[in-house]
Amino acid sequence: MLNFLRYPRLLTKQLLIGDWLIILLSLLAVYYLFQTLWSNEHAAKVQIRIGDKIYATYSLNQQREIHVHGKIGDAVISISQGKARFTKSPCNTQYCVHQGWLTRAGQAAICLPNQISLELLGDTKPYDSLNY
Amino acid sequence: MKITQIQTTEDDHRIAKLAAFAIALHMVEAVIPSPLPGVKPGIANIVTLYVLYQYGFATAAWVNILRVFASSLLLGQFLSPTFILSLSGALLSLAVLWLSMYLPKRYFSAVSFSILAAFGHIAGQLIIVRLWLIPHAGVAYLIPVFALAALFFGLINGLITNKLLVNKSTKYTLQPQTSKVTST
Repeated sequence: MLNFLRYPRLLTKQLLIGDWLIILLSLLAVYYLFQTLWSNEHAAKVQIRIGDKIYATYSLNQQREIHVHGKIGDAVISISQGKARFTKSPCNTQYCVHQGWLTRAGQAAICLPNQISLELLGDTKPYDSLNY
Repeated sequence: MKITQIQTTEDDHRIAKLAAFAIALHMVEAVIPSPLPGVKPGIANIVTLYVLYQYGFATAAWVNILRVFASSLLLGQFLSPTFILSLSGALLSLAVLWLSMYLPKRYFSAVSFSILAAFGHIAGQLIIVRLWLIPHAGVAYLIPVFALAALFFGLINGLITNKLLVNKSTKYTLQPQTSKVTST
């Protein structure tokens, strides 16, 4: 039963060409997921959007609170030591506030009722060059 | 008093037997500790895949859905979030299996089916988790881990299924076992 440990060929000879294709594509997909969702790159800037417009982009290398007027009221966004978060929001659910500090590039907090969103940008985001 | 007699067909008996196999494997799996809640080998899906090959999609769907319902009753999880997750995963993996039936059998073995179904399974579960249990973008951090687990266990389950299908000439019968008593 366990003789495939001695002869790995017993396992691989079962696999057809399509299986190898599926395994390869899955490995690529998993690798891509780790790359995009587990990016450990430190963020440099926070971009605030209201609706579909970019409201402002701030450096994270400062300590400040920003008051932003959204669709249903004023939200407070805090920046501190390379992190950013929603501190106050007029929305009912408060998901945006509970999400806490955003620290890595690519992370985002979205407040749907108020239509404000934060996104942290790294130094090497490919589309930076398009925006600036 | 009117007595209603339920006519059972041979298909019903076969589905019941195969579902019993799947439920037994599900029970075994329920006592295996897991490093991360939600990451499970899914060995009951070996039965689903085997049935899909031997008896077709309808029987496999019956066996899988019966397995989800009966196992949740046995584990006391019926209608709990765990059950809903199990059901959504099973339904989406069945949908994926149905689509993958169109893959040419010459190039794709049970390993492909197993990996695709495992991805369907976690996708179904993560959709429910995101929409209902944890409506929070942080769920995204779990996706790579679950995807890796799905690939790994999908591969192993597929290899086991292949092995079973190769050995299918050997008859596995479901006869009541007579215990042998050896005198010493």
